[in-house]
Amino acid sequence: MRIDSRERFDAAVSEALAGREGHKTEILVCCGTGCLANGSQKVAEAFAQEVEKRGLEAGVGLFTKKTGCHGFCEKGPLVVLQPSGVLYTKVEPRHVPDILDKTVAKGELIPRLLYKDPTTKKPVERYAEVPFYKNQTRIAMRNIGKIDPADLGDALAHGAYAGLAKALFGMTPEQVIAEVESSGLRGRGGAGFVTARKWKAARKAQGERKFLLCNGDEGDPGAFKDRSIMEGDPHSVLEGMVIGAYAVSAHEGYIYVRDEYPLAVVHLTLAMEQARQAGLLGRDILGTGFDFDICVSRGGGAFVCGESSALMRSLEGKTGEPRQKYVHATERGLFDCPTVLNNVETWADVGAIIQNGGAWFAAMGTERSKGTKAFSLVGKVKNTGLIELPMGTTLRHIIYDIGGGILGDRPFKAVQTGGPSGGCLPESHLDDPVDYEKLTEAGSMMGSGGMIVMDDRTCMVDVARYFLRFLVEESCGKCVPCREGLKQMLAIYDDLVAGRGRPGDIERIERLSAGMQLGSLCELGKSAPNPVLSTLRYFREEYLAHIEQKACPAGICRDLTAYEIVESCEGCGVCLKACPAEAIAGEKKALHVIHQGKCISCGACYEVCPTDAIRFFPKAELAPAAAASRGGAS
Amino acid sequence: MITLTVNGKTVRAREGSPLLEAVRAAGALIPTLCQHEALEPWGGCRLCLVDVTRPEWNGWAKMVVSCLYPAEEGLIVQTHTERVVETRKVVLDLLLARCPETPLIQRLAREHGIEKTSYLPNPEPTDCILCGLCTRVCDHIGVFAISSVNRGAGREIAPPFHEAPPDCIGCLACAEVCPTSCIPYETSDARRTIWNKAFEMVRCPRCGKAHITKAQADFYAGRNGVPQSYFETCDACKRQEMAHTFSKLSAGAGGTEMETGKQGNRETGRP
Repeated sequence: MRIDSRERFDAAVSEALAGREGHKTEILVCCGTGCLANGSQKVAEAFAQEVEKRGLEAGVGLFTKKTGCHGFCEKGPLVVLQPSGVLYTKVEPRHVPDILDKTVAKGELIPRLLYKDPTTKKPVERYAEVPFYKNQTRIAMRNIGKIDPADLGDALAHGAYAGLAKALFGMTPEQVIAEVESSGLRGRGGAGFVTARKWKAARKAQGERKFLLCNGDEGDPGAFKDRSIMEGDPHSVLEGMVIGAYAVSAHEGYIYVRDEYPLAVVHLTLAMEQARQAGLLGRDILGTGFDFDICVSRGGGAFVCGESSALMRSLEGKTGEPRQKYVHATERGLFDCPTVLNNVETWADVGAIIQNGGAWFAAMGTERSKGTKAFSLVGKVKNTGLIELPMGTTLRHIIYDIGGGILGDRPFKAVQTGGPSGGCLPESHLDDPVDYEKLTEAGSMMGSGGMIVMDDRTCMVDVARYFLRFLVEESCGKCVPCREGLKQMLAIYDDLVAGRGRPGDIERIERLSAGMQLGSLCELGKSAPNPVLSTLRYFREEYLAHIEQKACPAGICRDLTAYEIVESCEGCGVCLKACPAEAIAGEKKALHVIHQGKCISCGACYEVCPTDAIRFFPKAELAPAAAASRGGAS
Repeated sequence: MITLTVNGKTVRAREGSPLLEAVRAAGALIPTLCQHEALEPWGGCRLCLVDVTRPEWNGWAKMVVSCLYPAEEGLIVQTHTERVVETRKVVLDLLLARCPETPLIQRLAREHGIEKTSYLPNPEPTDCILCGLCTRVCDHIGVFAISSVNRGAGREIAPPFHEAPPDCIGCLACAEVCPTSCIPYETSDARRTIWNKAFEMVRCPRCGKAHITKAQADFYAGRNGVPQSYFETCDACKRQEMAHTFSKLSAGAGGTEMETGKQGNRETGRP
């Protein structure tokens, strides 16, 4: 069972492959967190029961497996049949007998379960033809959705640990570092530090103990790529870490996972147990005499613990707060020992780089950003989910070709990249290639790969305020500029959205931002003004409208927006039912009216009106009497 | 020792020592709020920011907090560049908004040209600037009775669960070290109260002064393995006692013993 030589490793892979030869049809049920929430566990159980009941497993080589996240969470639960590659979306347990009877037994498709292209409205039969998948290049996520994360054999059959075997059986640590260097791999956590440079420094550093850490504290709103990797292919992370440990000669490692990712912890722990038993982790790895073991450490839920020095303090059992040392972690990190910290995605890339060579990886991407990058594409796009693309892909391609365009074909307004430390980019930047430098130049950043698409019904002042509200709670509060600065910045924004903006607010925002950028202790505070400054840079006129006209051009800020129903109303009553404040009155087939005194400006009527008969306008334009009655009502 | 330049002045410093020491040695006046010579530097108040550069950096400079940055040979330090002064002002402006009624903050702000904060003054004024000196001194002593709780805007200094801290020994170090004297306490010959915890006082058997809490005496005795009675006598009386002992010793030995002693002072008989 234990793999202790090249021959045994090859034998284990052959054995895993042979075990799959009997699988004439594999039914892959996505059991990532998104699909689980949509009920995929029941779908998987229904398949297992139904297959057992029919005695199919032995007879026709039918095999059901629960995989990690396929990425297309919006259409879940997803079921993929292999080798035909048929993709079924939104599958429920009641569909299971039909899928077995028709598709598996006779090869007939079930049209209502197929994905329909939102543009052509035509059903797409195969997984690989869905535009969402067709345009992707998956390296870090190479096996997610293909393998059962709880089955090491399945991972081996899909090439897991081949990079590790290559490194340990045929390369020196220096050669491993050189290979990673030639790949141009840079940190996928967002800052983009050159991975090989970190490894070199840690290899050179003196110290009896060295640590290798994996940052799985993904905390940006809207980002979930690390979660999917840890859940769906934990072996890719382990493989990368063992290779890294061999390269820098470390024997102890930690994976720091945020506590909100329980499934990731379960799958990582299980994968580690299996890897240890197989001789891929722990003592005497692959019989080469190299020891390296990993502990999973669960974070307490603080966003700031994704910052490297805070993460290390948290691991040490201290309060998770950043500390400034002016010394690289590769020299003095965890417990003051040389430490290499890389993001989940970075580690997941390493195995593939060693297996295929640095040049292969470096052939993708732009001049200074090589390889691929995972993004969590969310917001107002038709296809939301997890994607991986070569660096340098344009934002337009991501949003329109993979994302399928804006929901309801509304106009695009902005895309937010990089989470709370990133910024909002307008339409004029849609053709920018996505890489570290370009995003930073444009006032945003790569960050952890969150990508939130916004349509015209988004107020950019409100968006900046959203991130400030997130950060004011997530700042650790150690240093003055971040703690007090965020509090004061939020107070300015609270005034802006409530119509209390004053001339000079923009200058106050800019001055405070500069103070926070220069004065804060860690990157959280230094980058906290990014959402503020990028919206100010590209949407200054919206700020001016809030301050000077007390108007929210997008009609989002409630205190500044009023609604009314215009002539084209057909009296269908849909808005009347949608209104939570019972502020709309009107007979069927007659013009409806909004009672301004009762209206809470939530916009629910605007969203549901089928005839576009509701318009919003600045509340300042309301007749004074109506405005006064509103004031009384609220 | 190494040599570096602060505001054009050449100063010598120990390599790796906090840059702030060299800055002060050069006579540069920069305020600090979270720094204390007895404690590890922390870098929270951000007032000791300076610009550092080296000739080979070709004009590029970086802003660092001098309490934490290690002194290096040939470093060129500027304590009052435009951006440093501006950032320091933003920090003081923010602190003034937090603590609008605190004399120390008012004075520092005024010294930097800020009479009134440009931000929203705290509707519930506090004197606590969250410099962390109190919790750090408590940790340093080894008591760990108080800590910072919550994060971000909700951060505050408190004992566990806001209850009387079980580990507190009533030493008052937190209150002593607090730059804005915002930790309230009461002390008399009979009782001392701090953090809502009451302490029994120990009276010096010689002078009768209540100089230490019983919890302190217990804690020190337990940690050092010294009899508790040692801590009951106050420091002043202990010194007196020692002086007596020495003078008796030197008188008894006819002065000859003390002559060979390295530290003895024959005139006063004091060590």
